[in-house]
Amino acid sequence: MIEGALWRKWVFYNIPLILFVFVLLFPFYWMIITTFRPDGELYRPWNAANYMPFWTNHPTIEHIQYLFEETNFGRWMFNTMFIAMVSTLISLFCGVLAGYALARLNFPYAGSLGTVIFVTYLVPQTLLFIPLAQIIRNFELGDTPWSLILTYPTFLIPFCTWLMMGYFKAIPKELEECARIDGASRWKAMVYIIIPVAVPGILSSGIIAFTLSWNEFIYALVFLSSPDQKTVPVGVTSELIRGDVFFWGPLMAGALLGSIPVAIVYSFFVEHYVSGLTGSVKG
Amino acid sequence: MAVTAVSGAEIRRPVPRLRRLEDERWLAMALLFPTALLLGLFIAYPFIEGVLLSVTNQRVGIPGEFVGLDNFVKIWNDSIFRTTVWNTFWYTAVTTVFKLALGLWLAMLLNRHFKGKALVRAFILLPFIIPTVLSTFAWKWMFDPTFSVINWTLFQLGLITARINWLGDPDLAMTSIIVVNIWRGVPFFAISLLAGLQTISPELNEAAAIDGARPWNRFWYVTWPLLLPVTMVVMLFSVIQTFADFQLVYVMTGGGPANATHLFATYAYQLGIGTGLLSEGAAISLAMFPFLLIIVVVQLLYIRRVETR
Repeated sequence: MIEGALWRKWVFYNIPLILFVFVLLFPFYWMIITTFRPDGELYRPWNAANYMPFWTNHPTIEHIQYLFEETNFGRWMFNTMFIAMVSTLISLFCGVLAGYALARLNFPYAGSLGTVIFVTYLVPQTLLFIPLAQIIRNFELGDTPWSLILTYPTFLIPFCTWLMMGYFKAIPKELEECARIDGASRWKAMVYIIIPVAVPGILSSGIIAFTLSWNEFIYALVFLSSPDQKTVPVGVTSELIRGDVFFWGPLMAGALLGSIPVAIVYSFFVEHYVSGLTGSVKG
Repeated sequence: MAVTAVSGAEIRRPVPRLRRLEDERWLAMALLFPTALLLGLFIAYPFIEGVLLSVTNQRVGIPGEFVGLDNFVKIWNDSIFRTTVWNTFWYTAVTTVFKLALGLWLAMLLNRHFKGKALVRAFILLPFIIPTVLSTFAWKWMFDPTFSVINWTLFQLGLITARINWLGDPDLAMTSIIVVNIWRGVPFFAISLLAGLQTISPELNEAAAIDGARPWNRFWYVTWPLLLPVTMVVMLFSVIQTFADFQLVYVMTGGGPANATHLFATYAYQLGIGTGLLSEGAAISLAMFPFLLIIVVVQLLYIRRVETR
């Protein structure tokens, strides 16, 4: 790097970076401060003399209490967690096997199958939600967690497969050949030699799949109807807005608490997340 | 030809189940089966159903009959649909340009050594990690006309004198949605482009600097061409996601005011699920398909070109 005077470093690097971080994180600060602000302070117009945007003198947990006492928030958290975990496990299982087959086995149409997986990776959920809603109803899965557990893999599997293909391709062929010479069957070589080596890749795809299913909205919105079955994003949207009235305190508390599991998982595996994310765009 | 004949003979011989997995083709089939089953059942099948649905006049509770392309003709003559098409293209184009420019800038800011770099990198990805619906609610609350912190800030800075009704005016509402989309997308661009920048050897830039290249020329003739493959892939992913976006508009405006901010997905939802006009909703969703197809084909061709180079 070519370094200049100190002021140049501040003007060209530090100040822009601080501004970026500020803008990117401010909405989360706003979420937190709103969660702990009593209603009296919350509903004070911005042009009132005593509008205090950045701090509150009377922090309260009444909004969080409301969330757990007046709504099914705990239940939504459990639903979201359960659905995200099971659909992630299903997708990892399918994605690892398919990724292995496409990356390391020779069979007819391997290349075109890889292309098909890649194309399904690019199918957005919003293209198919109406016919899919009918199919879910015909299978009598509507309003159950299984409607989501079975449909989330449609966007998670292609992603996991694609990411795993990259990881499997990077493992040298000799590793497998050694095991085969020592008498391991193809299946055993895969399960005991290759898959353990690819664990970082499995972790990366698992974490991203988990955050993606926690984030999913339109399927959950269309397939679920009773308040008991809802996921956090849908529950917050449908139960904390009555007509034109927004319950901003509980809404922000719900948004904050609903983000925490994802944030925790992310914070433990930042490096895996980033390597998965950048691996997925390498092409 | 001879090879297939031999393998055909082999298959006919009774082989124990596990021995059969020694054959790469059988193993591949077994490994791909669960994936094929789920994707077939919940992507291929609904796609066919969607096409069939879009050529009937089915509504909720009424099993429609075949009407040909009537639905497509109907939506083509629908002024809200035309606004929707325009909105979707405008939304996709503007956000992509800004996400690319700001993401690249942020990536360049991060592509050097400084204290706390890992922490900063972890924090700036938060907008991308946190569920979109939840963070969009925070933005909606920030844009609230009566309690807006944004209005307060602009007023304190002396930029406005009266309140701005961000989500009540069609143009301002679209702009607000665009701002939130950019906010959410910049981290993804920045982190992906940063990974691309890190693969570029600093010696190239230094060599160009020694030869007297100005910073702008160094970027344009050295960094940018090397970064282009990653940029293309990131951009096309983002274009597809943005084009088919639903959550953001649904939460921010629900397509309002007066249906002025609909995207394909939100309008399909409003007609198909909200009003119960299933086949018209399916037709609107499917209207996205040709555009998505073009984007995917471009991406596949581009990847192939890069690979064969």
